[in-house]
Amino acid sequence: MTLRLTHTAKTYPDGTKALLPTDLSVERGEIVSLLGPSGCGKTTLLRIIAGLETPDAGSDIWFDDDNVTALPVERRQVGMVFQSYALFPNMSVRANIGYGLKMQKLSKPEIEARVTEVLEMCQLQPFAGRAITALSGGQRQRVALARAIAPRPRLLLLDEPLSALDASLREALRDELAVLLREFDITAIFVTHDQDEAMAIADRVAVMSQGRVVQSGTPEDLYRNPNSAFVAGFVGNAMALRGRADGTALHLDGGVLSLPSDGGGQTVFVRAEDVRINDDGPLHGKVETVTFLGTHYRINLSGVTSNLLASIHAGQEAPEVGETVKLSIKPEALMLLPNETGGA
Amino acid sequence: MFKSKTKILQLAVTLSACAFLLVPTILSVMAGLTANYFKGISSGLTLKWIYQVWELYADSIFLSLWLAFACLICTLIIGLPAAYGLARNPGWLSRLLEEFISLPLAVPGLALALALLQLYGSMKGFRASWTFILVGHVLYTLPFMVRSILAVLAAMDLKTLEEGAATLGASPWQRFRDIVVPNAMPGILAGSLTVVTLSIGEFNLTWMLHTPYLKTLPVGLADSYASMRLEIASAYTLVFFILIVPLLMAMQWASARAQRIAQ
Repeated sequence: MTLRLTHTAKTYPDGTKALLPTDLSVERGEIVSLLGPSGCGKTTLLRIIAGLETPDAGSDIWFDDDNVTALPVERRQVGMVFQSYALFPNMSVRANIGYGLKMQKLSKPEIEARVTEVLEMCQLQPFAGRAITALSGGQRQRVALARAIAPRPRLLLLDEPLSALDASLREALRDELAVLLREFDITAIFVTHDQDEAMAIADRVAVMSQGRVVQSGTPEDLYRNPNSAFVAGFVGNAMALRGRADGTALHLDGGVLSLPSDGGGQTVFVRAEDVRINDDGPLHGKVETVTFLGTHYRINLSGVTSNLLASIHAGQEAPEVGETVKLSIKPEALMLLPNETGGA
Repeated sequence: MFKSKTKILQLAVTLSACAFLLVPTILSVMAGLTANYFKGISSGLTLKWIYQVWELYADSIFLSLWLAFACLICTLIIGLPAAYGLARNPGWLSRLLEEFISLPLAVPGLALALALLQLYGSMKGFRASWTFILVGHVLYTLPFMVRSILAVLAAMDLKTLEEGAATLGASPWQRFRDIVVPNAMPGILAGSLTVVTLSIGEFNLTWMLHTPYLKTLPVGLADSYASMRLEIASAYTLVFFILIVPLLMAMQWASARAQRIAQ
């Protein structure tokens, strides 16, 4: 199914604009992630698509050629995985998964067959008869997914489905979820505040800030060509190099850096993996902290620019804290973005 | 040595407190089973007083059971949607309403009864029927039902559970039937037992509202104390115990369970 939103907005009775007029299209089978910090309107947008929130007048929501704007949630045929999972404590795993099918008035044998199929897909067979309270967090998450998918919804919506899990489990389930969603071959929208999650699962990421979609594209596209300081900062934690631009030369506290193009009116951003410790580098900075992360060191440097600059150092040995080191940054790794008031 | 002395003291206090509570009960029960109370146990044990109580007061026993049942149905019909409404729309207005429903707890039953008499006393047919007492019982027991259900509902994320059911295609009525009611069941059970127990045992209000032809169990009890042999009055107490104690125990069990869930 293709989803199309035109001019969709949400203003709360107290005047808060949770979502500014937004246009969004999701193609058949596409997995789109809404990424943004808390309060950016991503959950509001998801709830409007589900029908759990009424958008402002003038908003239009299309599922293929059906305008569903006025359709109540129970008739929209969407599957939803909630942050808290919202599993029914009065029903077993099997009954939870079968509930949507029961609502569709399918026959008993049909429900049984479909539930068994979904249980298998999500590897939940051993837990079929259990009570919800007897499941672990990861199992609950899978039951929630199975329940949402069992009635074969037109669209699958996931609201921070991994945020209630432990960090270690989260990473494992993230990859599992990415595989499962592709196996289901379903159009899906996935809300998260975690850029790694968005990148790992989605075909396309829509970055949201203050009630607007600020940029939408493939994970690679967003990472390499952010269109704003906010996207550069939020996707891949780019750091601003604050200094005085003079043509293609950027004068920083720690030296002069050459830019790929004229830096006037632009803010220069760089990512930690592009900051190299190099004895011939044009910049110098003082090592403040060194963190060993197994495959690499993460080194925070002061004195290069006004804020701390991080560097990913892949060598076998790291410099000592307090030492002054030389740094280099390749011009092509620099991202020049228009100045933004109050931006990152 | 000191330690064991305090232990002995504790034990003595506990035992005498138990005796203080239990001895009158046992005496009363025994009186109902003794052939002649003034002669004592030596006159022999008998069930004849209980049989006489049954002959004299069977009607009030049935009326009480019927009233309790009707009261339960009414409080369920009013209380369950009320508790659901309050749980779904938390806020100052809900708090105010909840307090308002609970008012009959603070007002003495006699005052409540007087108000009912003032308002409906002139409606002869209603005044003389059992439904008049029912109205009083419903007023008095409703807060127990509402609060008991509300405590359980407030402890779960009702809104999200319902939203979950809605996305699966459940209409508002189906959500209420499949999600709200089953999950509120411990509260409903605890509330129901409380309502039945209170309704059967209620005296204050009922005594004001009853007519000579409509005596409930406790009103009959007062009547027998005032006008019958002591043995019959005691046998009546025994009947009352037999009815109310199992209910009381079931109520304790159900409330404890509901409270565990509400935590």
